[in-house]
Amino acid sequence: MGERLEQAPRVAESNRVNAGRGRPRSAFALWGLLSAPLAWLLVVYVGSLALLVVSAFFKLDDFTGKPTTDLTGSNLVEAFTQSEYVSLVARSVAVAIAATVICFLLAMPTALYIARLASRRTRRGLVVALILPLWTGYLVKAFALRAVLEPGSEYGEGGFMKNLVGWSPGFGYTAVVLTLAYLWFPYMLLPIYAGLERMPSSLLDASADLGAGSLRTFRLVMLPLLIPSIAAGSIFTFSLSLGDYITVKIVGGTAQLIGNIIERALLAPNQPLAAAFTLWPMLIMVAYLAVMGRAGAFKNL
Amino acid sequence: MAVALLGAVALGACGGDDDGGAMLDELGEGEGAVNLVAWAGYVEDGSTDPNVDWVSDFEAETGCEVNVKIGNSSDEMVELMQSGEYDAVSASGDATLRLIAGDDVVPVNTDLIPNYADVFEGLKNKLWNSADGVAYGVPHGRGANLLVYNTDAGAAPSSIVDMFSPDSPYAGKISVYDSPIYIADAAIYLMATQPDLGITNPYALDQTQFDAAIAALETQKSVVGQYWALYTDQQAALEKGTVTLGTTWQVIVNLAKANGAKIDSTLHNEGATGWSDTWMISSKAKHPNCAYKWLNHIISPKANAGVAEWFGEAPSNSKSCALTADPNHCATFHAEDEDYFSKVYYWTTPTKECLDGRDVECVPYSEWVNAWNKLRA
Repeated sequence: MGERLEQAPRVAESNRVNAGRGRPRSAFALWGLLSAPLAWLLVVYVGSLALLVVSAFFKLDDFTGKPTTDLTGSNLVEAFTQSEYVSLVARSVAVAIAATVICFLLAMPTALYIARLASRRTRRGLVVALILPLWTGYLVKAFALRAVLEPGSEYGEGGFMKNLVGWSPGFGYTAVVLTLAYLWFPYMLLPIYAGLERMPSSLLDASADLGAGSLRTFRLVMLPLLIPSIAAGSIFTFSLSLGDYITVKIVGGTAQLIGNIIERALLAPNQPLAAAFTLWPMLIMVAYLAVMGRAGAFKNL
Repeated sequence: MAVALLGAVALGACGGDDDGGAMLDELGEGEGAVNLVAWAGYVEDGSTDPNVDWVSDFEAETGCEVNVKIGNSSDEMVELMQSGEYDAVSASGDATLRLIAGDDVVPVNTDLIPNYADVFEGLKNKLWNSADGVAYGVPHGRGANLLVYNTDAGAAPSSIVDMFSPDSPYAGKISVYDSPIYIADAAIYLMATQPDLGITNPYALDQTQFDAAIAALETQKSVVGQYWALYTDQQAALEKGTVTLGTTWQVIVNLAKANGAKIDSTLHNEGATGWSDTWMISSKAKHPNCAYKWLNHIISPKANAGVAEWFGEAPSNSKSCALTADPNHCATFHAEDEDYFSKVYYWTTPTKECLDGRDVECVPYSEWVNAWNKLRA
C-alpha cells in the first residue's frame, strides 16, 4: 500500500514529461519505433496485395504461359462472368457458411458449459483440452479425418465411419464441410468462451430475478451480448474455410473450391488469371468484415 | 552458330542472365550439385526401392549431388522451369516447345554428351526436341498412357469407351488424369466413336471437334470417381480399390502392385496418348556442367535401361535393350517398333495453326486450359 502511494507521483511526473516538453523527441522516437513495422506492413503486405491486383490485368503470352506487360481486362471478365466460375464461388461461400454454422452450433453449448456451469477445476482442464488441438498440425488433423471418412476397404466395405456409425459421407462436399468445421472449431469456441467469461453475473441474476427462465435469459440477455464474440469467431472460421484448398484435396474427392481453381490457374501456368480469381475471396472477405464490423466484431480488440 | 547467337540475343533481351546462357563449348568441372525437374520415377536414388537406383553412382562418379523436384504435369514443369531455380528438366512434347519459345531452355551441344551417339536415330532432331536442326536436349524415352484396371472386377477392358460411356461397368470408380492435355484422350475416344467428326490428330482440333470433346468430358463426369493430379493420389486409390479403371503410367501400376493392389495395365485398341520425353538444360542453369554430366548419365545404357523398366517405357539408347532385367522389355514396350508408335499420339502443345496441316483454325492450348478449368470448376 505504502509502496503504491510512493510510486504514484513518479508515474504522474513521467506522464507529464511525455506529454509536454518531451513531445518532439518522443514523436521522433515513436516514428523510429514504428517505421520498421510500418514499412513491413506497407511493402510486404499492402505492396504484395497491390502487385496481385495489378498482375490480374497482365496479358498472358498464350504459348509460353508467361505474363507480358500488355494490359487486358479479359482475365477479370473471365473470372467474374463465366457461369462455371460464379457457381464455383457460390459453392465455396456456401461451404464456408456451412462450416461456420456447424462451428457455432457446437461451440455455443460447449462454451456455455465451460464458462458458466463447470467447476473451476473442470473448466481449466476443458479449456486446455479444447486448445490442445490447435497445437496439432493442420495436415495431421485433415489426414486423420481422411482416414475416418475414406470409403476404402481396410475397415470393411464403405470405410471406418460407415462401419462404426452406419453412415459415412464418403469424399465430397459434405466431408469438406465436416473437416473444415473440425479444423476451425477452436477459433469459434475461444471468442465465445471469452465473451461468456466477461459477462457480468449480475445481468444474469437480474434477468432471473425478473422472472425470466434460463432459455429466455439466454435468448434476450446472453445472445445479444455475445454477438460481437460470435462475429469475431465467425470471421476466423469463415475466412479460413473460404481460403482453404488443401482440405478439398485431402477429403474432397472430385470436389473443387475457389482455392483449387486459383492453384489450377497458377500451375497452368496462367498467373494473371490466378490473380484475377484471388480478387473473389478478397472482395467477399471485405464485404464479410464490413458486415461483422457492424455486428461489433472489432469492439473488443 | 547463327541459332546460338540468336539464343544469346534473345537471352540478352529478357534480362541478360549471364550465369547461364548459350550452348557450352567445352565441359568444365562439376559444380557439386544439380537441380532437376522430373517426372515421378525418372530420378531414383534407392529411397523408393533399394534396387532402383541410378543416382548414387552418378553422384559418386561426378560429385554432383542430385536434387529432384517432381513435376506432376507438363504445365507444372513449365511453371517450375520459368522460376529459373532448376538446371535441367525431363520435358514431354507438350512442354518442350513452350520452353524453347519462352527461352527457358538452351540448345545442347551434343558433342559433349558421348552417349548421344547411341540414341535411336528415329528419336533425334524431332519437332519436339529441336529447333532449326539444333538439338535442345537429349531424348529420354517414350511410351503410351495405359489403362489400369482392377483384376477383381473381371477381364481386362479393351476399349477406351469404358472410360467415357455413361453405362461403363466401371461407372463411379473411374480415375482420370487431371490436366488439360487429357482433352486429347477424349478426342481419341471420338475418333473411335464418332468418325464423322474427322479427327485425325487429337491435338489438332477445330472448334467443332473441340466442343465435341468437351461434351464427351462433361458426360464422362458422371462416371468419374477421381481426377488425379498427383500420381500418389491415384496410387493410393488403386491400393484401396476406390477406383477400378483409369488412365495411368506404368510406374504407378508398379508402385501400387508392390503394395498389394490387385491391378494390371493394358493398352486400349483405339490408339493412345503418350509421350516422348527430352532432357533439357535451363537457360538460367546455375550448374551447367553437372547438368551436362546428368544428361549424359541418364541416357547411358545402364541408367536408361533402369528408368525404362521402372517407369514402363521404351528406352532411347539402343544399347539399353541388352541391359534390362527383363530380356523382353524392349519388345514389350516396342522400343524399335515405329509401326506401334505411329498409333501413339505423343503429347504436344496444340496451336492455332492446325498440327495436322489442315487449312482451318485449330483451338490453341490456352483455350484447352480454360476449357479444362471450367470443366473442373
